[in-house]
Amino acid sequence: MRYIEPHAHMVSRTTDDYLKLATAGCAAISEPAFWAGYDRSSEQGFYDYFCHLTGFEPSRAAQFGIKHYTWMCINPKEAEDMALADAVLDLIPEFLAKPTVLGIGEIGLNKNSRNELDILEKHIQLAEDHDQLILVHTPHLEDKLKGTLLIIDALKNHAKIDPCRVIIDHVEEHTVTPVLDAGFWAGMTLYPESKLTAQRAIDIIECYGNEQIWMNCACDWGVSDPLAVPKAALEMKRRGHSPERVHQVVFENPKAFMSQCDKFGV
Amino acid sequence: MKLPPEQQADLVDLGFMDARAKLLDIAAFLDRVERHDQEDDYRVKDLYKMLSNLNDSGAERVKNILIGLSDPSTEPIAKAHTKGAAGAYDPEAVL
Repeated sequence: MRYIEPHAHMVSRTTDDYLKLATAGCAAISEPAFWAGYDRSSEQGFYDYFCHLTGFEPSRAAQFGIKHYTWMCINPKEAEDMALADAVLDLIPEFLAKPTVLGIGEIGLNKNSRNELDILEKHIQLAEDHDQLILVHTPHLEDKLKGTLLIIDALKNHAKIDPCRVIIDHVEEHTVTPVLDAGFWAGMTLYPESKLTAQRAIDIIECYGNEQIWMNCACDWGVSDPLAVPKAALEMKRRGHSPERVHQVVFENPKAFMSQCDKFGV
Repeated sequence: MKLPPEQQADLVDLGFMDARAKLLDIAAFLDRVERHDQEDDYRVKDLYKMLSNLNDSGAERVKNILIGLSDPSTEPIAKAHTKGAAGAYDPEAVL
């Protein structure tokens, strides 16, 4: 089976994971910029991280025959330091010209604070100014519903942002409807505990269809499984879904969304 | 999206043992916190509240539980004092 992993934080994974992904049929990975697990102390730390995402990580993936793409941003978890966030935002345009950068992401909200919302607005404006795709992170657990609705409102405030060029990630049963109804793409993250299981993700596909939706593992330094997408594909097959529908969800859909940036190829 | 009957797997065969194991895990968790007098935690109280959704019909149990465990407010908070989330809404948390 050939598939695309559209959300993985490979900087925090080992080469063994690249080997597993390649063996499972992964053709391409997209890696949004994210929080390191600690707050970086300066914009220089972000500059180095962005260099890693656009330089070293694609070469590491290439050793396993996997194409590596990335997205630029400062994560909402680091938005409370507004001066630092503004300095990082100033760094991003330089990186948008890099050949593997697909857009702005993963932006969004974490605890739904005013500062987070302010930095989100600035990221959306940056995407609008540079005609970039957007990949959105929605908050965790009890903060997800409120945050998702605030994010949708913020995006709708930008009339020039085409919802078809925005993916709102980490949807669950209580947030998938407002995301799809507003015309955005929806991402489903497969986590052992804190987001969706494979079974629930396939339930969502059965209830809401397989258009404008993708699945990802979002593997990082926490409890996560880099092979979550092929395991969910197996769950689809066990339930009786056709190979064509499985291929649509795990390959054609992420390809269709990311191909809106002409740098993407697989 | 319902699959044609000829394609449809036996979902009970596929999922029953897994669901049974998870139900027993919930019961064991509640027994454990009761034995150790930790039932007053707001997360445990919310879990008890959400259990009633399991007896509902209409195939929206998961959605209703997720909504029941969510922050019901709609306005941004002044400042984030933590980065993490607990899985249930604490109305006494400092915002």
